[in-house]
Amino acid sequence: MRIDSREQFETLREEIRAAEAGNGNRILVCCGTGCLANGARKVAEAFAEQVGKRNLDAQVKLMVKNTGCHGFCERGPLVVLQPSGVLYTRVRVSNVAQILEKTVENGEIIPRLLYKNPADDIAIEQYSEIPFYKNQTRVAMRNIGRIDPTAVHDAIGAGCYTGMTRALFDMTPEQVLDEIETSGLRGRGGAGFGTARKWRSCRKAEGDRKFVLCNGDEGDPGAFKDRSIMEGDPHSILEGMVIGAHAVGAHEGFIYVRDEYPLAVVNLTLALTQARYLGLLGENILGSGFDFDIRISRGGGAFVCGESSALMLSLAGKVGEPRAKYVHSTEKGLFDLPTVLNNVETWADVGAIAANGGDWFAGMGTNKSKGTKAFSLVGKVKNTGLIELPMGTTLRHIIYDIGGGVLDDRPFKAVQTGGPSGGCIPEQLLDLPVDYEKLTEAGSMMGSGGMIVMDDRTCMVDVARYFLKFLTEESCGKCTPCREGLKQMLAIFDRMVEGKGVPGDLPLIERLAAGMQVGSLCELGKSAPNPVISTLRYFRDEYVAHIEDHVCTAGVCKELTAYRINPENCDGCAACAKACPVDAIAGERHSLHIIDHDTCISCGACMGVCPTDSVETFPKNELMKEVV
Amino acid sequence: MMNETCKVGMEQADAILEGYPHAEASLIQVLQDVHRAYNYLPCDVVAKVAETLGVPLSKVFSVATFYKAFSLNPQGDTIIRVCLGTACHIRGGGALVDEVQRLLHVAPDETTPDMKFTLKTVNCVGACAMAPVMIVGEKYRGNARAARVGGYLEQGGEDDAN
Repeated sequence: MRIDSREQFETLREEIRAAEAGNGNRILVCCGTGCLANGARKVAEAFAEQVGKRNLDAQVKLMVKNTGCHGFCERGPLVVLQPSGVLYTRVRVSNVAQILEKTVENGEIIPRLLYKNPADDIAIEQYSEIPFYKNQTRVAMRNIGRIDPTAVHDAIGAGCYTGMTRALFDMTPEQVLDEIETSGLRGRGGAGFGTARKWRSCRKAEGDRKFVLCNGDEGDPGAFKDRSIMEGDPHSILEGMVIGAHAVGAHEGFIYVRDEYPLAVVNLTLALTQARYLGLLGENILGSGFDFDIRISRGGGAFVCGESSALMLSLAGKVGEPRAKYVHSTEKGLFDLPTVLNNVETWADVGAIAANGGDWFAGMGTNKSKGTKAFSLVGKVKNTGLIELPMGTTLRHIIYDIGGGVLDDRPFKAVQTGGPSGGCIPEQLLDLPVDYEKLTEAGSMMGSGGMIVMDDRTCMVDVARYFLKFLTEESCGKCTPCREGLKQMLAIFDRMVEGKGVPGDLPLIERLAAGMQVGSLCELGKSAPNPVISTLRYFRDEYVAHIEDHVCTAGVCKELTAYRINPENCDGCAACAKACPVDAIAGERHSLHIIDHDTCISCGACMGVCPTDSVETFPKNELMKEVV
Repeated sequence: MMNETCKVGMEQADAILEGYPHAEASLIQVLQDVHRAYNYLPCDVVAKVAETLGVPLSKVFSVATFYKAFSLNPQGDTIIRVCLGTACHIRGGGALVDEVQRLLHVAPDETTPDMKFTLKTVNCVGACAMAPVMIVGEKYRGNARAARVGGYLEQGGEDDAN
């Protein structure tokens, strides 16, 4: 059924809301990539089947919904019961009958399925009381986990397309631009360019054919908030794009999705079909007279295509090699026509701003960075997952209050933000308020929101080398400073991690880095040395230890690290011997185990499985000393 | 190698090409569908795509070799993707690659001689909260351990969880 007017749309929305309100009991099963991997689909099917079998449907009007990612993937599959708000984690098919019988029918809680706060080991019943969620302010991720991303009625009921109707019927394009300007919204893809400024420049550009694009090529390793939005709330992206198209005067749009995100492609494709069917997209949207349609394009698997000019070339079927920035894509973008490109999260924010007003959004955040920002908090932290917070929140609050602190209570070493263009921020800067400017001052950047926590067992030389290797493989090769600079720098790092560094290496690295920053063509090349520069700035002593002492203090670099078992703690459980891929560990059960250093390949598998933390690392060169 | 793998049926390629406008802008989408259908890009099909879309063969090869999603060599029945995103890296993703290499004697991007497995490393599959992650066929293995890699491979890629 096509909706032909604003009134019809609003009637539909109120009908959906009334139906939802009468529909008391709901079981929300998270079906994001993480929970699916842990078996969520089967859990959802079991709920649907058993709800039918028990005839609960008639009794309490029970609904089973497959929702998008809550961002709490490591505890999946997650199940939220409504209206009680109880959250169960790691739910198995075998728990389904019990949940229905005890909790849904009789209101009894099943303690062992509850989430336990790692800080104090206390079980928490309510979804909203869990520190991980309680401390968040969700704007871009407002509907994720609450709606079924494959049901457009859910999205409409949750308020999706309300901002769009306001923009199309109550506001001129100029007024939309003013509203976005008031909100202070800046690009959520990393660089933080003013969204209103970008749109204005495209609106002013000459030509009748313009494009509005969504960058869903979330290439920064360690970041997955865009994946979660595309999978969990695709309609919010479409809504934002229609508003943007109205503002700049475009009628065609593309969403460029990473090839590695198959579920995002499926859910977005479905959302487009639904939106067209209802008249929320396509010709004469909701009878407003405005035409705009969107197509999906799957990326080819190239990091560089997250860069705007490379993305546009890739959309045109070409090799994604960036071009110089003096040609603005708002004037000459896709097919050399005026184009606006924004990140997934930015588009998701736009709908909320149009619905609630620019002042509301600008009321959150810091002086220059307004609103909220989504991050994926991962690495060596207790609670890993997706978070969204007002700009200006300190790293300490994020890592300790929301993340629950460092995994196994080990010492914190650094947090990496901004992906391969960012840097590592050390402990002394934990009270840094996170916004675009402060992160840049600290030698990192916002990037697409990855936050990777590192503990004392993370080697910063290895981390810098990791990013160099990543970038060497992903450099498009068009300009020499990036292509050759990375390759040469990686060669130096390869030597260093093997203990073959020489005293002149650090100054040489710094000179190479400076050359790349000045001479590279695109932002990816210019920012490529950032991980190296920031680790050198804050963790220079680790570099020196690798070069001068041939020691990896974190015990990570294989060529410099050996493993041994501490006889005082070992209880002879033999877990290490079983885990060892090369049978280098010998010992009777219930007595001390010993690692044979000649056979050991320093893979660290034993350390990962030891229940008593008896496996420790030591510098390999001490072995040599013993022999001598 | 290339000559042997060129000779394939064209029916699937014809069907794919019918579904797209014959223009350069369709190139990547067409190659993706071809890759899905044949499990690699056979060179005869690449030539056919170039001719049909009116794009020089050199440009088609340039695109086919630029993007990671494409392979010009036949792939194994099951693709093993080990994630080397940052979170997976610091939680031991590298050890998973080493273990697959040790067990199957293939380096990344290589295929076992019996054509059963191809090993690939990927830069983040966006499942960082379960790091380290490896995907055998369709099956995601979160919190993967080197010691369990042999088991993952034996159990194969059927996505039985879903």
